[in-house]
Amino acid sequence: MITIDHATKRYGTTTVVDAVSCTIPRGGVTSIIGPNGAGKSTLLSMMSRLLPLDAGSVVVDGLDVSATAGPVLARTLAILRQENQLTVRLSVRDLVGFGRFPHNNGRPTVVDREHIDRALAYLDLTDLAHRFVDELSGGQRQRAFIAMVLAQDTDYVLLDEPLNNLDMKHSVDMMRLLRRLADDLGKTVVLVIHDINFASCYSDTILAMREGALLRQGTPEEIMTPAVLHEVYDVEIQVEQIRGNRIGVYFA
Amino acid sequence: MAALALRPQRPTQQHGSPRPALLCLAGGTVLLLALLSLFVGVSDISPADLLTGDPDVRQTFLVSRVPRTLAVLLAGIALSISGFILQLMARNRFVEPSTVGTAESATAGILVATLVLPGTPILGKMLVAALFAMAGTALFLAVLRRIPLRNTLIVPLVGIMLGGVISSVTTFFAYRFDLLQTLNTWMIGDFSGLVRGRYELLWIVAALAVVGYLCADRFTVAGMGEEFTTNLGLDYRRTMNLGLVLVSLISAVVVVVVGAIPFLGLIVPNLVSLLIGDNVRRAVPWIAVLGAGFVLACDILGRIIRFPFEIPVGVIVSVIGSVLFIVLLVRGNTGAR
Repeated sequence: MITIDHATKRYGTTTVVDAVSCTIPRGGVTSIIGPNGAGKSTLLSMMSRLLPLDAGSVVVDGLDVSATAGPVLARTLAILRQENQLTVRLSVRDLVGFGRFPHNNGRPTVVDREHIDRALAYLDLTDLAHRFVDELSGGQRQRAFIAMVLAQDTDYVLLDEPLNNLDMKHSVDMMRLLRRLADDLGKTVVLVIHDINFASCYSDTILAMREGALLRQGTPEEIMTPAVLHEVYDVEIQVEQIRGNRIGVYFA
Repeated sequence: MAALALRPQRPTQQHGSPRPALLCLAGGTVLLLALLSLFVGVSDISPADLLTGDPDVRQTFLVSRVPRTLAVLLAGIALSISGFILQLMARNRFVEPSTVGTAESATAGILVATLVLPGTPILGKMLVAALFAMAGTALFLAVLRRIPLRNTLIVPLVGIMLGGVISSVTTFFAYRFDLLQTLNTWMIGDFSGLVRGRYELLWIVAALAVVGYLCADRFTVAGMGEEFTTNLGLDYRRTMNLGLVLVSLISAVVVVVVGAIPFLGLIVPNLVSLLIGDNVRRAVPWIAVLGAGFVLACDILGRIIRFPFEIPVGVIVSVIGSVLFIVLLVRGNTGAR
């Protein structure tokens, strides 16, 4: 469980995240949606101690993120940001292997090798393991990073816009994968996502933010209504029920 | 150069393997070069002379040739590794201590020590040089953090400009105090004066290089960026500071003992990166071997080009190094990276 209590981030006089309080349940997929500048990524960064909080607190499984030692937190929570430009030239296997760093401090054991092999296999990267990451396609690279996070073997996996730069097929693959992480491996997946329909189809919980505040928290059924979406995005969005999923239509 | 021969076979697959046999081969070549280095010089020494036990020959051999060869190996290894660490820290392939102001700051430090505390022993000067080198490198890294557009080429340019400013200030004061000649001995690396009793400080850099190797994984992680490092539970600041200290100390010691050897820390790690990638633990042995071999080859070349006169190794490395630097720049800029 992630407990966020009055989390606040200010840059100068602008408050980017304004005293957000909520509880993200353990297990399942939670999506954070909202228009640009809503503070989604900032909130995620604070949850994962990449950004210090100006006020308030975030507690993950009883660990206060601003007070817990780095390696301890790194064994509980993994964060993947959207920009993963590596200037370091690493093979896929090496990259995934670094996910084990919080566990082994750079001295790999047999157990680590098993974790790495499993992560590579889970993401269908075994054949690419010896390729350099900078030689992969965008979709493959994204998978390699997810494999690293998987090797990190944390209960909580946080992702900032994991669908960025992915085409439709790869986006669907990614969301299915995140679903599997939650359903098969029992992980708690939290992601920032722009596409409300992906959020609707694949999440258990949706957090809707706007202007630094948390407007709503609920199931896709509760959030995917014209009224709520209008409140969040300020756009008329029709919601249709298609094959059991609520799909927002906002293209025209 | 091996560099050019390597280019066509840009790694595509199966290049994560360490290739220990090749590494041994390279190591063997360096050993052969080292043997050659022991027997190249103004006074004629052959292995046979050593065996006959002529005391003069033996004296020259032990006092001059052996220390010089050791110095070349130590400096080559340490400078290449420090260049690599700096590249990981700056997250840019095209920086090294002599293109970001580290070496220039170290030189400024020695000048200040010489002017302000004339009687300081060499260890004291080295310490001052190291402090200056740290300040200069920290300044560079601080400037980098403030550049919004982190274009690959802007980063080395910023470093070169910063180094230029520092070195022009140094030159001005050296000129004012009539120390230009002395300044040159620090600015152009030269192994010819390194006899027994003068090279031993270089064992310090060997120790520092070992520390760099032991902390190898940390630097690879730091090279992936602050957020990556934090995610893996490592203290980014502390890792950067450790790297800063290592790089600055190595540069300062080498500048004090040998003088600057530009581009070395740039070329060797880039070649190794093409060969086997950047996993520090795997790359460092290669960098050490190739770095030592490259400086050794340049030093031997400098001794035989105008025999019996010597061309300082700094000059030879600069000439070869600047050409390779341009090749790498052009390549790196057209490549996908």
